Order: sequence, then C-alpha cells, then structure tokens
Amino acid sequence: MRLSSSCPTGTPCGRGSGFSRDSSSHGRSTASRLKPLLQVLFVALLAFAGVTHAQAIEPMPFADHAQELRFQHLTQQLRCPMCQNETLADSNAPIARDLRNQIFQLMQQGKSDDEIKQYLVARYSDYVLYDPPLKPGTWLLWFGPLLILCGGAGVVLVAIRRRGRDGGTSDKTTDSMPLDNEPADNGDDW
Amino acid sequence: MNRLLPFIGFMLLVALFGFGIWWNSRHDPNAIPTPLLNKPAPAFVLPKLYEPTQTVSKADLLGKPYLLNVFASWCVECGAEHPMLEAEGPTLGVQLVGYNYKDAPADAKRWLAEHGDPYNLLIADEPGNTAIDFGVYGAPESFLIDGKGVIRYKHIGPLTPDVVASELKPAIAALQQETP
Amino acid sequence: MTPELGQLALILALLLALAQGILPMLGAWRGNRALMAVARPAAAGQAVFVALAFGILVWAFVHFDFSVQYVADNSNLALPWYYRIAAVWGAHEGSLLLWIFILNVWTVALAAFSQKLPEVFAARVLAVMGLIAVGFLAFIIFTSNPFGRLLPMPGDGADLNPVLQDPGMTFHPPVLYTGYVGFSVAFAFSIAALLGGGLEQAWVRWARPWTNIAWAFLTLGIVAGSWWAYAELGWGGWWFWDPVENASFMPWLVGAALIHAQAITEKRGGLRAWTILLSIFAFSLSLLGTFLVRSGVLTSVHAFASDPRRGIFILIFLTIVVGGSLLLYALRAPKVASGKPFKLVSRESALLIGNLMFAVAAAMVLLGTLFPLIGDALNLGRISVGPPYFGFLFPLLMLPVVLLLPFGPFLRWGKGDASALKQVLLRAGIAAAACAIVAVFFVDGQLKAIAGVAAAVWIIAGVLLYAYKRWREMPRGRRYPAEMAGMLLAHLGVGVFVAGVLLSESLSVTSDVRMAPGQTEHIGGYDFRFDGVHRASGANWRADQGVITVTRDGRQLTVMHPQKRTYLRGQVQTESAVDAGIFRDLYVALGEPMDANKVEDAWSLRLYYKPFIRWIWGGGLLMMLGGFVCAADKRFRIKRAATEVVTAESLQVQETHA
Repeated sequence: MRLSSSCPTGTPCGRGSGFSRDSSSHGRSTASRLKPLLQVLFVALLAFAGVTHAQAIEPMPFADHAQELRFQHLTQQLRCPMCQNETLADSNAPIARDLRNQIFQLMQQGKSDDEIKQYLVARYSDYVLYDPPLKPGTWLLWFGPLLILCGGAGVVLVAIRRRGRDGGTSDKTTDSMPLDNEPADNGDDW
Repeated sequence: MNRLLPFIGFMLLVALFGFGIWWNSRHDPNAIPTPLLNKPAPAFVLPKLYEPTQTVSKADLLGKPYLLNVFASWCVECGAEHPMLEAEGPTLGVQLVGYNYKDAPADAKRWLAEHGDPYNLLIADEPGNTAIDFGVYGAPESFLIDGKGVIRYKHIGPLTPDVVASELKPAIAALQQETP
Repeated sequence: MTPELGQLALILALLLALAQGILPMLGAWRGNRALMAVARPAAAGQAVFVALAFGILVWAFVHFDFSVQYVADNSNLALPWYYRIAAVWGAHEGSLLLWIFILNVWTVALAAFSQKLPEVFAARVLAVMGLIAVGFLAFIIFTSNPFGRLLPMPGDGADLNPVLQDPGMTFHPPVLYTGYVGFSVAFAFSIAALLGGGLEQAWVRWARPWTNIAWAFLTLGIVAGSWWAYAELGWGGWWFWDPVENASFMPWLVGAALIHAQAITEKRGGLRAWTILLSIFAFSLSLLGTFLVRSGVLTSVHAFASDPRRGIFILIFLTIVVGGSLLLYALRAPKVASGKPFKLVSRESALLIGNLMFAVAAAMVLLGTLFPLIGDALNLGRISVGPPYFGFLFPLLMLPVVLLLPFGPFLRWGKGDASALKQVLLRAGIAAAACAIVAVFFVDGQLKAIAGVAAAVWIIAGVLLYAYKRWREMPRGRRYPAEMAGMLLAHLGVGVFVAGVLLSESLSVTSDVRMAPGQTEHIGGYDFRFDGVHRASGANWRADQGVITVTRDGRQLTVMHPQKRTYLRGQVQTESAVDAGIFRDLYVALGEPMDANKVEDAWSLRLYYKPFIRWIWGGGLLMMLGGFVCAADKRFRIKRAATEVVTAESLQVQETHA
C-alpha cells in the first residue's frame, strides 16, 4: 500500500524547490504530453514527488500548558486542505504551517475554538472539519446509525419475544434439517 | 420482501459507487470548492512585486473585472499553466493580475524572466497570510473577480485550454453581459 | 522470457478457475459425479500456476529484473533483499497477486479438509471459491498485469515507498489478506447452502473453525497495521478512522458478529438466515475494501494509484458476486424461524444483542466512510468525516456490548438463571467500582481514564469469575474446552484493549519542543536530555540521528535515536524512536534544525509519554489468540467424522432438492 501521492510536503514552504501541489492529478496530464522520451523519468517523478512523510514538528510559544493542549486538540480535529489525508496538526504542507500559525495567533487574540473553526470554514468550507457539523445535510450521517439501531432493535425484540413464546414450531420446522441430537445441555451447557 | 432488503440496499451502494467513479473522472478529487464564491473578495493590501514600496489594495482594483492568478516559482504546475496564460491572457478581455504566493521576490522575478510575464499587474504575498483570506491552499489557483469586487469563479489547479474554453470564458462572458 | 511465463501461468490458472467454478456446479445440479470430481484437481492445478506466477514475480524482484515495469517502479539496486520481497506486494498489481495466491491457499486447504463433507455440498463450496478466483484472475490479467515489460530496460529502478520499508510492512499485508480472503470460506458455505436449500447444523459446525481462523488473521493484520502506523509514521497515533482502515475494520466487526451467530446456529439451530446473511456481508465487505483501496473513489492515506478502469472492473465484479448472492439469499433463504426456543434472559438473547450492536457499528462505519461520497451525490459540498465522528459514535454503540459481556458465559442456552447473573453483577460491579475509585487518585480526575479502568475491570472480572466457576465446578480435564478457552481469552483481550484505549488516550502527554544540545525536557515523570544530532546511514538512506538520553529520578533508563532519513531518491521520512514498556511507551520524533545551516545547534522534537498504549495491541493479540484456540477445539474435528452418518442422509436430501 502506498501513500497516495497527493501530498508533496518535502521542503518547508517549498521555497525554490520542486514542491508542487497535487502531483497526482495535475502531474498526470503533464506526463502524457512528454510521453515517450521522458517516460521513465516521469514515472520516477510521479511516484516519488509525494511520498515524503515527515511529521510537522513545530514548537510554539504557548502562553501556558492548557493552551498547548487546546491547540493540539483543535489542530487534530482539522483537516489539511492540501495534504488531505493529514490533520493540520500532523501535516508538513506549507499551507498547514501557515494555518497552524494563524490558529496560534487567533488563540493569542482570545478567540474560542468555535470562532477559529468558523474562521477556517469561511475560507476553506466545511471540508476542513473532521467533525462534520450537524445540519440538515448531515442529518443522515448523524442520525442514520440511530435509525439503523432502532430498526435492528425492533427486529431483535420481535425475534426474542416470538422465540420465547412459541417454542413449539421449532421442532416441526427442523424436520427437514436434521438437528444433531447431541444434548447441548451435557452438564456444562457448552 | 424483507429478504430483498439487503439486495436493495446493496444496489443503492452500487449506484453510489458508480456515481463516485463517474464523479471523480470529471472532478479533481483534491479541489475544495470555495465558500467565497459569489461573495465579496477579502480586502487586501499587498506590495507590487517590482515596486515593493507601492501597495495595491482591493479598492484600487474595483471597477473592472480581473483574473487573479496565484502562482509561485516553486510551483511545478505553474510552469505547465504559464504558456496558456501567455497565449490566452490578452484575449480574455479582463485584466490579468499575478499573485505571487510565498515566494522570494528574486526567485519570482527570475522565474518570470524565464517563462515570460503575461500579467498586467503583479502583487506579492511573501508570508502568505492574505492568501488564507482568499482560501488559497496551494498554487496555481485562479479567481475571477468582477468590477464590484465579488468573486465570480474560482479554479484550483492549472488553467488548461479545456478549462479556459469551457469554464473561464463563459464566466467572463456572463460578467460582460451584466455590465455592458 | 520468465515474466511472460508468469503471465501464461496466470492465464492457465484462470482457465482452471473457470473449470473449478463451472463444472462442479453443473455436476451438482445434474447429479454428475465426474463433473463434481473436477473441483479438487482444478483447485490444486490453479494453485500451482498461481504459486508459479507469484514465485516468478518474487524472483524478478530478487534478481533486479528491471525490464519488468512493476519491478522497476518498486525496487532498486540498493534495496535490501527482504524489502525487495516485501515490494512484491508494495503496490497494486503485486498485492492483487498476493490476494489471489492467498485465496488459492485457502481453497487448497478447503479441498483437502472437505473430504468428509457431502459430495454435492463440497462441490458447490469449491465451485464458489473457483468463481471468486475467476473474477480476481480476470481482474489481474485484464487490468493489472504485474508482468508488463518496460523497454528499454532501465539500469536501475525507482524505489519502494520508504514508509513501506519497515519490518511491519513485510508482515501486515499478507496477514491482513489472509483474514480478508478467509471469509470467502464462510461465504462459499452460505452460497452452497442456499443453492442446496438448507443450512445444516453439522456444516455450520464444520465452518466455524474456518471463520474463527480467518477472523483471527484479520485481527492480527489490523493489529500489525496499527502498530506499524504508530511506530513508523511518527504521529504517535494508532488508529485514524481512515477509509482504508475502516475497510478492514468493517469485515472485522461483521466477522465478530458472525462468529457468535454461528455458535447459535450450530448449537441451537436458530438464526440460520442471519448466519447466512452475515457470511455474505463479511466477505462482501472484504471485497468492498478491495474496491475502496483500488478505485480511488475516496481520499485515503493508503490508496493505491487509482485508475477508473480498475474501479469499474471491480464494481462490476462486486455487483455480480454480492448482488448475485443477496438475490440468491432473497430467493432461497430459510423462511421459517427454526431452532430451539429461548427466553428473554438467555445466552441467545445476549448474543443477539451483541450481534445487533456489531452490525449497527459496522453500518455506522460504512455510512461515515461513504458519506463524503453521498455528500457529493446530493450536492452538499465536500464533507470530511473523521475521528471525532467515529470516536464519538463507536464507543456509544459498544457500550451495551461491554456491559453485557461478563454475563454471556454465565447465561445458559434457552433460559438463563437470573440469580447467577445478580451474583456476577454484584461481584464484577464491586470490583469495577472499587478499582475506579482507586484510579481517581492516580489519573488526575480524568473521567475517560476512570471509565477505562472501570470498564476493563468489569470485563476482566467477569471473565475471571467464570473461569473460577469452571475451575471449582468441573473435574480436571473438562474445565476449559478449547472453544471456551478461546472465548475467555478473546473476552479478556477486549478488557485489555478497552483499558489500553481509554487510558492511553486520556493520559498521554505530547509536546513539541525546541531543544539545544544538553537541554532537558521533563515529560510524564521522565527527563529527556537532547545530546545533539549526528549522521547515520543504511543500505539506501542517510539520516540525521538525534541522541536523547532518558532518565528518571537521576537514573538513566535508555538512550533513544530518532532519525530523519533521506532515501536515495530524495524522499524524507521520519523514523521515530520508541522505548516500549508494558505500562508506558516513550516516543521521540525528530523534526528539523531550528536553523537549517546549524544542524549541530537546536532542533525541534516531538516527545510523547504514552501510558498503557501497548495494551491496545496486547488486547488485539489476545483476541487473535482466542480465535485460534477456539478453532483448535477437538469438537469441530471429531464431529466431522460423526457427520458421516448424516452425510448419506443429507446427500439424499440434496438430491431431492437438486
């Protein structure tokens, strides 16, 4: 299993380097144009433009430990818009660094977590929230499991009650499917 | 009927997957549609690339529509996009504003000297903070902003001749019809 | 020439798979024993050819045959031999070949051990396995040939993704696939039963160890994957609810439900339709995982390079296999409820509730995984569903399971004894409450940690109480049949797992720090002293290697060496250093020099203190062990001989159906 190549993150801010966004989708079209000659080279390029996996580790001057915890928690719930498989906390993409800094600044200004999320959503849409907000569009997501649970619980309840009441039918129906007649209750009920 | 439910549910899943394959074949799965569409562009004040002492603000650009093209010298895709801008830029009928993103000015100037400069105006955002207000998360990205300063169209990734013909030009045409 | 031989072998295997899939099915339908007898030799022949193809690909990697595109893409001259072998399944084509190879291993095992099954039934089971192989062989031959040539041959290849250059990688995919593919046996059983018109208890008994083994492998595969992500990726987490992780977790959940449902069907004759449906679901979800990983419909960490053509192929295959099975289910599933009756308080009820929760949890994971796609379809904009969603709903759904788990073994089939339950409730409850109160003083009032202690003690106390009851009441030698021992081990594993998850999540300490040489940071009661960075190198990488000396109360515990590696082709990879312990892990990842020109100066580092994190994998391993021990029960084997009596009878039943 390879990491998808959508996330080239090698260099800090990619200044002057071969940093490219999204080599998976845009890069492919480039390759097809330059086909036969450079194919080998491009295969290599495409395959490896994006496999860098280095953690983003950035000490920040937090006001106190509580704020550091808040920052860690918040950035772990946010998705990096470029390296879409990573949280803002983990991503090494330039935009993730910028956004972490921005979040840090907003925290220093006393903004709440919700305000910071709103700030990001206004610019990058709900996509950056790993915790999808509850609204009509996501009712299915949030209440779907409850619905399934209720339906399933209904079926199970009916089954238990029916099986509890009329034990008689079982012997008849199993005629065609020979029950093995080993006593299940052989002292240890196992 | 009850016994058909799993089958029906699965067929819905198959339809969803079929849709997914079709959808992904025509959408860039990594592009995030901007929530700023049809909203006023954020206010900004940025220095010009060639005359860093002079700044350009959103207000300075009001009145005429323009295409804001986010690019950088480190961005490989921008190199792929650039010939298209060189060729089509003058025919678009709007100003072409280059937005140099997270780039050392010297690198950007060298890159422009090498690849050509199709822009009517060049502004630079070296720290990249203003870009966050635009919802930029990489380069290239392009914003079509109308005379009132409203974002009317955004494209993420390089503008290909295809995209220009099928999306950008119709969007510009729509703008021009509104304000004859 | 050899790679072409590999391709030829695959084509021959496809022909044999067709023979294995179609002829015995016809034979079973027409009562033709000669056609039914084709199944076993065809299966064996197919396995030989697939093994040949697999061996040829391994050989190509070992001997640097870069004229094979796949080899050139995924290995190079500097890659050590063990990673060259692992590179066989490092990308799409080879991993698919591995999938097929493992399917063949299962099929051959099935062919060898199914001699005692009724002829018609065994023929159908093997034919279903053959049809599955047809689909995958066609998939690999028509869309994903691993033997494609690259001409002119390059002097050297590219590189295996460095993330995959880890001992975990050599291990994780084969084990995971063994689990995935193993569910095909239960699936084939169910299809054969549906075709034959009934699911007999004897056959379910025979199928149970297969399901247990498949599930145990899947557990091990998931544990290995989780451990690998933790040790390798430097993010300190062990599960991210990524679509592909979910793809392996859904069959696991359904498999867990299936194991329990099969027990009811085998012992009490009930839940036949549900057992059949679960078997279909478990394998379908394995196939779905294959689809999700390889079609690119979802954004995921692990996605293979995607190709819509492959997506369409698997989707069609999925539709035929799963759609066909579910249609067959709709037409042929046993319509009348059967089996012995049971009361509300009974083992059956408890198992049913557990089954319900597992099924709903799997459905929830499926919904959350696919919701971004639904969002696209309904034009809701792009939506992310991640750890906060799953992490909130999953524990809620598992709460009833945790609460009911200690009672399960104490409940009797048919009708439970309420007074015994009260005793369990009292004893395990007191133990849990007492430990929770003690825990309050140790965990700084963290509710999650206290809940973790209470839940774990509740489960473990329940398991131990039952083990003690058996010890006291039963004569030596009959105390713990393997089946029961496996159950107890697996349940114990659940307790250990719950403790690990809740304690490590609530008590972990993470800190990003800037450290100059000689500087010390204090985290989780440990002192981490940074002693600078020096160069290190391996077969195909060079690294900056940090030296961190860990002391506690002035006593030196260990020296850790986190690396930042740069591989041959320029890929950068964090290689974390982990000091493992039963009660805590210390974990250090190396960031970057604060000033790129002064590597001998200060660096950024991430330090973790992770208490009880090993319990997560320990719990998983106990569950796996439980699965294997359970499968080893003699009862499953002896009864196979005993079914011979039934065999003749059921063959007649079969023939009247046919």
